Amino acid sequence: MPIIKVENLVKKFGNVTAVNDVSFNVEEGTIFGFLGPNGAGKTTTINILCALLSPTSGKASIDGHDCAKESALVRKSIGIVFQDTTLDKDLTAEENLIFHAYLYNVEKSERQKRVDDALKFVDLFGRKDDLVKKFSGGMKRKLEVARGLIHRPKVLFLDEPTLGLDPQSRTNLWEFITELPKKHNVTIFMTTHYMEEAEVCNDIAIIDNGKIIAGGSPAELKKIIGGDVIYLKTKDNLKAVDEVKKALNVDASVKDGEIFISTIKGDACIPDIIRTLGDSVLSVRLQRPTLNDVFLKLTGKAIREDESSGADTIKEEVRAYRRRHQS
Amino acid sequence: MEFNAIYVIVAREFKKFVREKSRLISAIARPLVWLFLVGAGMSRLVAPVGGVSYMQFIFPGILGMTILFSSMFSSISIIWDKEFGFMKEILVAPVSRTSIVMGKALSGTIISTIQAVIVLALFPFLGLKLGILNIIGVILICTTVSFSISAFGIVLATFYESYESFSVIMNFIIMPMFFLSGAMYPVKLLPEILKFIAKLNPLTYGVDALKHAISPLATGPMGPDFNVFIDIGVIIAMSVVFVLMGGKAFERKG
Repeated sequence: MPIIKVENLVKKFGNVTAVNDVSFNVEEGTIFGFLGPNGAGKTTTINILCALLSPTSGKASIDGHDCAKESALVRKSIGIVFQDTTLDKDLTAEENLIFHAYLYNVEKSERQKRVDDALKFVDLFGRKDDLVKKFSGGMKRKLEVARGLIHRPKVLFLDEPTLGLDPQSRTNLWEFITELPKKHNVTIFMTTHYMEEAEVCNDIAIIDNGKIIAGGSPAELKKIIGGDVIYLKTKDNLKAVDEVKKALNVDASVKDGEIFISTIKGDACIPDIIRTLGDSVLSVRLQRPTLNDVFLKLTGKAIREDESSGADTIKEEVRAYRRRHQS
Repeated sequence: MEFNAIYVIVAREFKKFVREKSRLISAIARPLVWLFLVGAGMSRLVAPVGGVSYMQFIFPGILGMTILFSSMFSSISIIWDKEFGFMKEILVAPVSRTSIVMGKALSGTIISTIQAVIVLALFPFLGLKLGILNIIGVILICTTVSFSISAFGIVLATFYESYESFSVIMNFIIMPMFFLSGAMYPVKLLPEILKFIAKLNPLTYGVDALKHAISPLATGPMGPDFNVFIDIGVIIAMSVVFVLMGGKAFERKG
């Protein structure tokens, strides 16, 4: 039984289409990864699922509740950790959680216990009386995840949970997140633009320019690549591609200044390539497929390359539109 | 309405108010500066009329000022909450928008009333004689006015996204509201155009009601400008209108 159902969802801001006919399902108790570059439409989709935005057309439901029409029921059954922190930095860790417990109408007899358990779960019980502004980025993020679980939601949304964290806290947070479905009986819906982070997901949907371009488990997605990938730099990439294709009968193309060869047995293929191209080879590297390769293969670009240019323009336009239409 | 949510929104504001000593000190210092520096200076220029000295005349206005600043600041904290993200935590919760507005308005009401009561305690130094009934009346008026100004501030805050807009609100809304409320000079002596604006100002009726309660017998320029029932009716009507407007403003979706 899917707990999240999204059918033909469309959201337009003026003439920008942020989400364009998106459909997917998320099964209960799984970790679902929503992947794509910045500005692809991930946050807009989350905002619709959380009943913060109404869709232009299409349907989204959580646990059988329509996100556009039954916003109160939807809000009760979800927890959210946004990209930017939404803690009150001038309150203590404990006060932030108590605030949440009241806001979600947690029963009086349960309140303190749930707050204490949440603090212990993220190892912050010892610092419960410290103001949140004294916490590191990783601690804040964990505290937010703990807060999101206090009202026992069915689905926990994590929007770019590791953004802005150092590598160590990032690994740490991932270990913690992967335990959540079992420990808390919750479905995780997360977005990220770090492909390697999505490997922990049971299912993935890849979104680009507001459209879903691929979906499935990480293993299924990697099959799109068709085995291993050899990255090759040569003195003349265009000429080398033709030579390799002719001599070895493999699928090769130039992307991002490198030759990208997908083949079943990469290790065995490398000697053949070097024999064919001889001196012109500058570097070779073999990679088992990653989700980044999948994205590269599907869109012809690396997932993070247009972070600053196109994506930010879309974000800006969306913000400007919302501002105009709010006041 | 979710009473737990309203309670916790008020509790949060109150906790932060008590924690920030500097905010309380500056909130109390402002009326004192106006009362004793501006008021004392102006007293040399303005002779008492009908037994009411200038300092006594501006006292209701200074209470109104205390309420105006602290209610507006309290409501404008919504802009801070938006800027620093905390508002999202409230908006995604299963809480009606009316409860959020009520919570914020009550926070402003409680904080302002406390400050107004502190300033009110100065009345013996101004040669005012207030009976217990007058004092209760003043406090009740302060509470109602605080609520309506807080609700007005919330409506205002929903139009602004970032705290850069704060100085705009300060210079173009709060200061004119103060000066055109009858706080420093009687509305009846204003030029026609300003008199008209003063009559649109929600604070005018609050200050006027306080004049009724503090110097009930004063007449002429130092006395109240309107009938006390009109004052109270307008304050209550405005409270209702602003709360409903605030609730609507919060419901907008992009």
